[in-house]
Amino acid sequence: MTSAQIIFIIVAFFTLGSGVMVVGTGNLIHAALWLVSTLFGVAVMYALLNANFLAVIQVVVYIGAIAILFIFAVMLTRKEIRDQGPQLNKGWWLSALLAVLVFSGLAAMLWGWEGMSRTAAEFPSGFDSMSELGTALISPNAYVLPFEVASVLLLAALIGAVYIAFNRK
Amino acid sequence: MNFWTDPLKLAADWLVGLLVGWGVAQGIAVGIAAFLGILLLIALLMVVDVLLVWVERKVVARFQDRLGPNRLGPWGLIQPFADIIKLLIKEDITPANADRVVYNLAPILSMMSVLILWAVVPLAPSMLGVDLNIGVLYLIAAGAIGTLSIIMAGWSSNNKYALLGAFRQVAVLVSFEIPMVAVLLIPTIFAGSMGMNAIIQAQDIWYVVLSPLGAIIFIIAAIAELGRAPFDMGEAESELVSGYNVEYSGMKFGMFYAGELLHAFTFGGFWGILFFGGYRFFGLEQISPFLSIPILLTKAMIGYWIIMWVKYTMMRIRIDHMLAFNWKFLTPLAFVLLMVTALMNALLQRASPWLYAAGMLLSNIVVGWVILEIMRRFSRGERARVEDAYQARMETARH
Repeated sequence: MTSAQIIFIIVAFFTLGSGVMVVGTGNLIHAALWLVSTLFGVAVMYALLNANFLAVIQVVVYIGAIAILFIFAVMLTRKEIRDQGPQLNKGWWLSALLAVLVFSGLAAMLWGWEGMSRTAAEFPSGFDSMSELGTALISPNAYVLPFEVASVLLLAALIGAVYIAFNRK
Repeated sequence: MNFWTDPLKLAADWLVGLLVGWGVAQGIAVGIAAFLGILLLIALLMVVDVLLVWVERKVVARFQDRLGPNRLGPWGLIQPFADIIKLLIKEDITPANADRVVYNLAPILSMMSVLILWAVVPLAPSMLGVDLNIGVLYLIAAGAIGTLSIIMAGWSSNNKYALLGAFRQVAVLVSFEIPMVAVLLIPTIFAGSMGMNAIIQAQDIWYVVLSPLGAIIFIIAAIAELGRAPFDMGEAESELVSGYNVEYSGMKFGMFYAGELLHAFTFGGFWGILFFGGYRFFGLEQISPFLSIPILLTKAMIGYWIIMWVKYTMMRIRIDHMLAFNWKFLTPLAFVLLMVTALMNALLQRASPWLYAAGMLLSNIVVGWVILEIMRRFSRGERARVEDAYQARMETARH
């Protein structure tokens, strides 16, 4: 086993363990904090794949914005932060079945994929993944349309939020 | 490569050679050398941090017309060490019903969010942790972890003041992050890179000349990010006792305090790196890292001094005023400046460096002037409205 594989396995167990704890813990704030550690594990995964930009964006957006918003929402809406009710509802077996099906489907799909057993090629020296990504996002031959559509969608959401919150005098 | 031009690489090569000679595998030897390098940097930073306590106390004393610590050692220099001994032997109190794990984790994360920033600080052209091509974004990501530590501290203390302080502080941090991100893109546009080293190398003319408004917005957003006065909503000792860290005692409080000081020093350093040429000073940096490190630290110290100057001469701004200031003034200004800078950059791409700088400076002055004019109109209108209302009230009172 190479050192990269050992790090990958440790990080994977950390991420999955945190993910289990998110749904396993009864305390909502603890769940949010475990979610932060799950998201952090995913960021480490990106860093291991040499996707520095995605790793940092993962931390900025998911931990810095979304997780903090979760914690805020939980703190501001609950009178009692400790959730007393049962953690499972009647349909738990359905979601468990669905999870197993999705997992086995994905596993079967990846098993048949020839890239599964290959190691990633090294970057050629001087390769700047960041500027490649930037060019791809605004190039008409690549992803400019999805990029712009996503921006318009976000802007619409922003304006919608302002409109809902706007206090008519 | 000799000692004078690249001492760190020399030391690392020597250490790796020694370890390999002892029969350690090459990869592990490099790992050990890197680890020792990190340890050395953190140790030096903590020593600087201890002295920053003294600097802070001495400077605040001068601002308040006092002498500051002057009993222990020359100019009171031993005072911070006495402070540390005091913090270490204090009783460590955990409040009843506090969430122990989260409570103990928060000061560590707070300190960590500051220390990891130094991974991307270039002390000299060849002396830096990693030359990340996303160094600027890394700054924001580290800030996200700091935000998390504050909310963890506030919530886990099981104290109303702590929770209120954390809420306010996080509201400030989350909102001031936006002008910060926008303004961090301005040096990125100039340098064509997000890497700290590339930004410094590109600063033949300091970026403060190219974008003085950007430099000012950066330092305002940085002060808010640090949670220092006039943006110290999280602490607000006159309203919230001590805010999010009220329940912490001994060294756990020390971690928050030392973290805040080092954070301020670090942001002074980033101000120097992004807008004042970092370790560059009239070509002195090319002679030796032994000259460039003092240059960078001096710039960081000047930035830190300005942050202190603001802290000790301004009053706290009310939370709604502060958020209005950010959302209605700083954020639009930062975005307008970013757009103008990007546009001017596209227009002046092929111009000579001096023309480029002059064009950028002129566009900054125009943006600044327009914004001041809008503010003047707005505040005059506001004042007229208040005065009219007052007059009307006086009239009704007279009849």
